[in-house]
Amino acid sequence: MIEFRQVSKRFPDGTLAVEDFSLVIPSRKTTVFVGSSGCGKTTILRMINRMIDRTSGSIEIDGEDIVGLDKVKLRRRIGYVMQNSGLLPHRKVVDNVATVPLLNGVAKKEAHARALELLDTVGLDRSLANRYPSQLSGGQQQRVGVARGLAADPNILLMDEPFGAVDPLVRAELQHELIRLQRELDKTVVFVTHDIDEAFLLGDQVVILQKGGVIVQKGSPTEILTAPANDFVADFIGATKGKRALHIDRRDGRDVVLDSEGRAAGVLVEGSTGTGEEVPT
Amino acid sequence: MNLLIDAFAWIFDPAHLGGPNGIPIRLVQHLTISLAVLVIASVIAIPLGYLIGHTGRGRSLAVSLTGGFRALPTLGLLIIVALWLGIGIEAPIIALVVLAIPPVLAGAYSGFEAIDRRTIDSARAVGMTEGQIVRKVEVPLGLPLLIGGLRSATLQIIATATLADYVGAGGLGRFIFVGLKSNDYSQMLAGSLLVIALALISEGIFALLQKLVVPRGVVANQNADVRTPSSRRVAVVGSPTEERK
Amino acid sequence: MNWVIENLPLIGQRTLEHLALSIPPIVLSFVLSVPLGWVANRYRLSRGVLLTVLGLLYAIPSLPLLIVLPIILGTGARDSINVVVALTLYGIALMVRTTSDALGSVSSDISQSATAMGFSPWTRFWKVDLPLAGPVLLAGIRVVAVSTVSLVTVGAVLGIKSLGLLFTDGLQRNIVAEVLAGMVATIALALLIDAALVLLGRLLMPWARATRTSSTRRSRLTAEAAAS
Repeated sequence: MIEFRQVSKRFPDGTLAVEDFSLVIPSRKTTVFVGSSGCGKTTILRMINRMIDRTSGSIEIDGEDIVGLDKVKLRRRIGYVMQNSGLLPHRKVVDNVATVPLLNGVAKKEAHARALELLDTVGLDRSLANRYPSQLSGGQQQRVGVARGLAADPNILLMDEPFGAVDPLVRAELQHELIRLQRELDKTVVFVTHDIDEAFLLGDQVVILQKGGVIVQKGSPTEILTAPANDFVADFIGATKGKRALHIDRRDGRDVVLDSEGRAAGVLVEGSTGTGEEVPT
Repeated sequence: MNLLIDAFAWIFDPAHLGGPNGIPIRLVQHLTISLAVLVIASVIAIPLGYLIGHTGRGRSLAVSLTGGFRALPTLGLLIIVALWLGIGIEAPIIALVVLAIPPVLAGAYSGFEAIDRRTIDSARAVGMTEGQIVRKVEVPLGLPLLIGGLRSATLQIIATATLADYVGAGGLGRFIFVGLKSNDYSQMLAGSLLVIALALISEGIFALLQKLVVPRGVVANQNADVRTPSSRRVAVVGSPTEERK
Repeated sequence: MNWVIENLPLIGQRTLEHLALSIPPIVLSFVLSVPLGWVANRYRLSRGVLLTVLGLLYAIPSLPLLIVLPIILGTGARDSINVVVALTLYGIALMVRTTSDALGSVSSDISQSATAMGFSPWTRFWKVDLPLAGPVLLAGIRVVAVSTVSLVTVGAVLGIKSLGLLFTDGLQRNIVAEVLAGMVATIALALLIDAALVLLGRLLMPWARATRTSSTRRSRLTAEAAAS
């Protein structure tokens, strides 16, 4: 569990990026911060592994205030995945994945063996292990980034718009891969995005932020969809434009889901595997 | 420090401030040779560099040539030309011109290359002739880097002109070599200080000039200028064929 | 040609003397430029001051520098240490700017993700920033190496032993072959050291050929342009 208590961040140039932010991020769930650029979501994320130090308030991980912890050690036990993967271009894929274990002094052989297993976990062929990151596609690089984030077997995985720079098809693939991984690994995932669809798809808890890290609404996707807290949220999730107002029409003996414009958004099937919270658009 | 005081005393000794072997004569010699060489090298290298920069042809040759010249020992070149042409002013001038051409050439073509391809494409698109593109777009925008090339050429010339008195070119180097032969360290040091002063003054003048020639509206960012867009060669190869259609 | 054949041992000896004067400045300027370049890249003020001073240093012609250095170092006028110091100074003047630019060009994505993974600043510098600056540093040190080998010959007019003595001796005795031999040997030595550096680069940075990012290519251009 990660707990923010009245956290504020003022940068040296005077900008107040986050003000009086309080939130509990439950363990083994995916929490998604979503908001437009400049709302402070990345700042909040980076305060968790102390890439950015809070100005006031407290941040606790499992009841322990992170201010008292060594920054470098803290980061080594928190996975981090970012946009453009941030892989080290001068190291082979396998060394990239093994980075943190190697930093922690794990023997090279052992770290490499574990890295190869992780490639399997994220759905990459082991034959890619000896390539350099530049020799992989954007989607593959992002998978390596996820594998690297998992390498030290952290309880917490921070993801900063990890799929922001890949094309929509690969993006959808990676999103579903992440859902599968989360089902298997059960990490505390903190995910940042500006894409509300991605937030609803991945999040157990979705936190909609406004400038200054102000929480406009938080809750499960269902809660937010069914009861937007205010016009801002309604607008942000697309409810006002009728994007989320779907209705069912029976055609050719099947239930087709249509949007407010009458365009097909999907087909209704019996016994869906989803929890009912995922509304694909 | 006494040596330094002696050297300054030597410089300000009235006996050395006039006469056929005085500092003014040697300074004028040094400046005349340097300026002549700079002019000759510029007349040869600037048009050639502009041609390379505008067409993109011969670029790889020019790059390896200017790079390769760094390996050429200046003293050896001076001596070989002197042995060939005999003692006199011609040999040093030829050697110095040869050494000054590469930096000027590089300044000229890299100045053109550093220009954003879109700027040139749009100049072509609004209907400028190739000549107008060169005169109105490429030359003014490429000026800062050309001046940069002239700057390093001038440093090279001033330095090598000093060395050139080894084969009898005269100039400020004379004090160094006379001092060397007669074991007169204060004269050597005096000559050295004069050359250093000259080099630093020229450096200062060029630094100022480089700032002044940046067209208003162009952010003077040397680093960004040098980072040539990689689309370069494609654009250049493409244009002449398109024109002929 | 006869002169060359008859004097091979002399040429060999001069080449070795030349090498002995060339290698220390190349190595020293590289080693010293890393901390200086780091400082220049890290602190804006120091960058301005440092680069201006080094720029002026670079503007000082070699022969006068060789003559002035003894009064600063307390060495003899014909001491070969003067050559090593002078050429190290030139090397530093070139390499500090290159190193600073190279360190500055490391993508912030990469350095941030390295920090996020738990690299300490010290480890990050040695394991991430410096290796990634490698290709640009290599381009810079190649320029330094070639011009160092060429500049060593200037010391010959002061009687400092190197291949340059073949020039001065050739002039005095009017032997063109001797001067030519000196030039060919100097250029060959420069190219040889250059090739060795390229080889060393491939050995130490096998990734560089796989990773031709536009930023390293650009910085390489910057290094070449700064040196021309």
